Amino acid sequence: MSLTFTLDGKTIPFEDGQTIIQAAGKAGVFIPHLCYHPEFKPHGSCKLCTVKVNGRHTASCTMRAMPGMVVESDTEEINAERRALTQMLFVEGNHFCPSCEKSGNCQLQATAYHLGMMSPHYDHFFPNRPVDASHPEVLLDFNRCILCSLCVRASRDVDGKNVFALSGRGIKTHLIVNARSGQLGDTDFALADKAAQVCPVGVILRKRQGFAVPIGERKYDKAPIAETVTEGK
Amino acid sequence: MALNTMHAEAVAGVVDRVVARYRRDPSNMVQILREIQESCDWISPEAIDRLQSTLGVPRTKIEGVAGFYSFFYTEPRGRYRVLFSDNITDRMLGNRALMERLCNNLWVERGKVSEDGLVSVGKTACTGMCDQGPALLINNTAMPALTAERIDEIAELIRNKLPLSEWPAAFFKVEDNIRRADILLNADFKPGEALLAGRARAPDEGLMASNMRSWREGLPSGMGGPIAVLDEIKRAGLRGRGGAGFTTGMKWEACRNAQLKAGYQRIIVCNADEGEPGTFKDRVLLSTCADLVFEGMTVAAYAVGATKGFVYLRGEYRYLLDHLNAVLARRRREKLLGENILGIPGADFDIDIHVGAGAYICGEESALIESLEGKRGTPRNRPPFPVTNGYLDQPTIVNNVETFAAAAMIALKGGDWYAGIGTRHSTGTKILSVSGDCERPGIYEYPFGVSIRQVLADCGARDTQAVQVSGPSGICLAEAEFDRIIGFEDIPTSGAFTVFDKTRDMFEVARNYVHFFQHESCGFCTPCRVGTSLLKNLMDKLHYGAGSPYDFSEIEKLNQLLQSMSHCGLGHTACNPVLDTIAKFRPAYEKRMNQQDFTPAFDLDRALSAARQMTGRDDAAAHLANAHGGEA
Amino acid sequence: MSNKKKLKVATTSLAGCFGCHMSFLDIDERLFTLLDHIEFDRSPLTDIKTCSPDCDIGIIEGGLCNAENVHVLREFRQNCKILIAMGACAINGGLPAQRNHLPLTTILEEVYHTSPGLANGMIPNDPELPLPLNQVHPIHEVVQVDYFIPGCPPSGDAIWKVLTDLLAGREPALGHGLMHYD
Repeated sequence: MSLTFTLDGKTIPFEDGQTIIQAAGKAGVFIPHLCYHPEFKPHGSCKLCTVKVNGRHTASCTMRAMPGMVVESDTEEINAERRALTQMLFVEGNHFCPSCEKSGNCQLQATAYHLGMMSPHYDHFFPNRPVDASHPEVLLDFNRCILCSLCVRASRDVDGKNVFALSGRGIKTHLIVNARSGQLGDTDFALADKAAQVCPVGVILRKRQGFAVPIGERKYDKAPIAETVTEGK
Repeated sequence: MALNTMHAEAVAGVVDRVVARYRRDPSNMVQILREIQESCDWISPEAIDRLQSTLGVPRTKIEGVAGFYSFFYTEPRGRYRVLFSDNITDRMLGNRALMERLCNNLWVERGKVSEDGLVSVGKTACTGMCDQGPALLINNTAMPALTAERIDEIAELIRNKLPLSEWPAAFFKVEDNIRRADILLNADFKPGEALLAGRARAPDEGLMASNMRSWREGLPSGMGGPIAVLDEIKRAGLRGRGGAGFTTGMKWEACRNAQLKAGYQRIIVCNADEGEPGTFKDRVLLSTCADLVFEGMTVAAYAVGATKGFVYLRGEYRYLLDHLNAVLARRRREKLLGENILGIPGADFDIDIHVGAGAYICGEESALIESLEGKRGTPRNRPPFPVTNGYLDQPTIVNNVETFAAAAMIALKGGDWYAGIGTRHSTGTKILSVSGDCERPGIYEYPFGVSIRQVLADCGARDTQAVQVSGPSGICLAEAEFDRIIGFEDIPTSGAFTVFDKTRDMFEVARNYVHFFQHESCGFCTPCRVGTSLLKNLMDKLHYGAGSPYDFSEIEKLNQLLQSMSHCGLGHTACNPVLDTIAKFRPAYEKRMNQQDFTPAFDLDRALSAARQMTGRDDAAAHLANAHGGEA
Repeated sequence: MSNKKKLKVATTSLAGCFGCHMSFLDIDERLFTLLDHIEFDRSPLTDIKTCSPDCDIGIIEGGLCNAENVHVLREFRQNCKILIAMGACAINGGLPAQRNHLPLTTILEEVYHTSPGLANGMIPNDPELPLPLNQVHPIHEVVQVDYFIPGCPPSGDAIWKVLTDLLAGREPALGHGLMHYD
């Protein structure tokens, strides 16, 4: 007998060991997420993928699916909470979409659209985060970092390089690179690295390639993020 | 900065020595960094260079760990690093004025390093000296009972550059202040007795069926005892003393029953990361009854077949390290630790002490384990739980200091004896750390079931307005609730009991606690990382008189979000002090609600100050009224 | 509907580039339909300099970079029942806010003293000139804002959608395509 749980009233099949978000993705159901990436070990930090399991909030990227679970995701209450989290991320960093090369292809932005975020709501922190242009092929713009640690995981687990890590604590948590100078140009980071491909926002950017795709033809211009669930395909 | 620049070769020498002592094992990273800093005053880029090559770990990992803990410095902070404890009780005892006095004395700006690189003065979270505050840490050594005269003496010693080891010992004298002792603090106990009693309780020396499994899994042989000890713990109804109150017997049993992979061992961890502001009972247990605590850990090891133990001692209690190591050494000599404990073949168990480095979050058991493994203290995703996948993925028990002390007494005197103390749902005693507005602050051990009113009477509290039980993450009680009792069925507590009389401003109490949570959030999850900062800003907004009803509703919404979306208990409870005080001491907030309409959090007029200064203007148009719609 | 009293709409551009107002004009011939229901009060489109005390809707482009911006914003908030932040700058400070990580003193020094070619420069101190704020702020940090139309600029269609939603008494909502931050 196949294993199933219900997600917003819909029956979702799953295999033993799958998380809720994995099973939902396979079934073509979108759950908003930022730090989760199907190719990496779940991290569970952004909390955008939070759902209610049998009435209790939990991150769907780390919670294993169990037979008969009753999961709520696309509800007004949970979406409002997720929207507040995106607003927090927007005020924590400096997210000026009009001047960002990632705009239109940015997962944070697309997720905020999906959640109907009309404004950042909170007071901005306007932190001072200098960019790092030391690498010949890649620019690091820390202003947009949401601390999802996907680059950390990709560099460590796929590239075997440990180019990135998180340092600091609390609101001072920040991304660092593996060089005494603190400069990406002094690391062994390369454009072909997996870590160069996974940033969901506009921190890790290929140089001399900005704004290559015209407005209207970028990833999330064409389809909202909820329609881009790819795992099932 | 000359004082802070050690020769690169000297730094390398220190690093090599420390790394060798820790067997080049990166899982000791936190200890390695601590010892390097103790020798070098800070963790310099040269030290990190050397660590990277000798330890064979990437620089990012070292910097990531060093950057997480408040007490690690990757920039020079002076030869003398002074941190004033900034708990609300320190505030009530005047720590701010003392800090200012020291800064003025030494010509140093708060938070900065003096120009000659000699000294820095800052503040830190509660250092666990609330019964003898105001307190400070100097180079991570505790110094309680500060007075203006003592501050002047300290300044003089620093100016004279006298090494800390030559300072008067009286400066560092920490009192136990035990005001009421019961079965733990007055224990009729000799080292080894509990273990012997536990073993003697075995039905016989033969191998009962129930013991076969433990034996197969490598538990100490010849022990009908383990099951019997576990049974006593269960019969005692012992629950964890860290605050959450999980049933100890169940935890131990789960660890015991966890599958053990080849080459793995079971681990016993004593959580002495007593970081909750207002609690200091573990400090006193460790200074007065260390044997009882270690024996409790050994009893646990015996019951579940563990071979390795750790005490995770909070960095603020670094001064206890030599004493604790001496007790451990004596216990090894007495065959109460090490191999073949009590002469039982295969009964191997030893304890290492890890010292934390200023991170409240490491009191959360999975964050503590991460820290023990030499990582950033970020709480893990659960399940799996530590009892199956803990320290280095091995089955691990994490219990509070007081839990282990109680376990030792249960092994000695039996579960029925213990269950006869306290209440039906909360057996045994609870040690309270009493501080704040009372005549006799200190340590009070009571059987569970004691009322708040009784404790207040015993400690000599008068005109009490409120009691914060179990610290900021606990509950704030108003006068009408003083007949409630300490116990899992009513008010569970990790032990903090902070008294506020009627002169205190409960809004400022809550604001102090909110600042604490903001400082201690680990930063892993979005809601807590950003939410605690937003909450702090809102409380500061009220404090500065810009608060309106709008801000109240924002606080309530943030609370909801932190409760439902946060990764761990820190975020879940960060709003508690605010919600409690709003509910019970609303006038303290109403006094702050100066605005009816939405008002900016920042001072608009001050926002023109740089421009005024640059242009030299001070005309009417060079100013802005602050209140919305109003005029100056 | 045409018998009903027309709604008074005021608009202004604070620290913005007038791009949002240009976009407003992009609603093209629908402007005539709109004018059946609204009349413009203070606005760059009318050149009326102060808000009537009974405006129904105030639309703000741009964030707050100086004292005058604050005065204008407060005038709008006092006189308009509904306040709408239009465009990225009003909503998060936008391009002007990208100076926020620099101290104002450094900026003024650089602009008026140390830039190449500026011998003996001085910082203007005429009382007619509004003083710059230490940081640029989005308008919701200074007054309560009721609705937001994101975009840099929001498209004419987005502005039309929000206004017609409001006129019809609906909660404004922008779907895919109309909702964008750039």
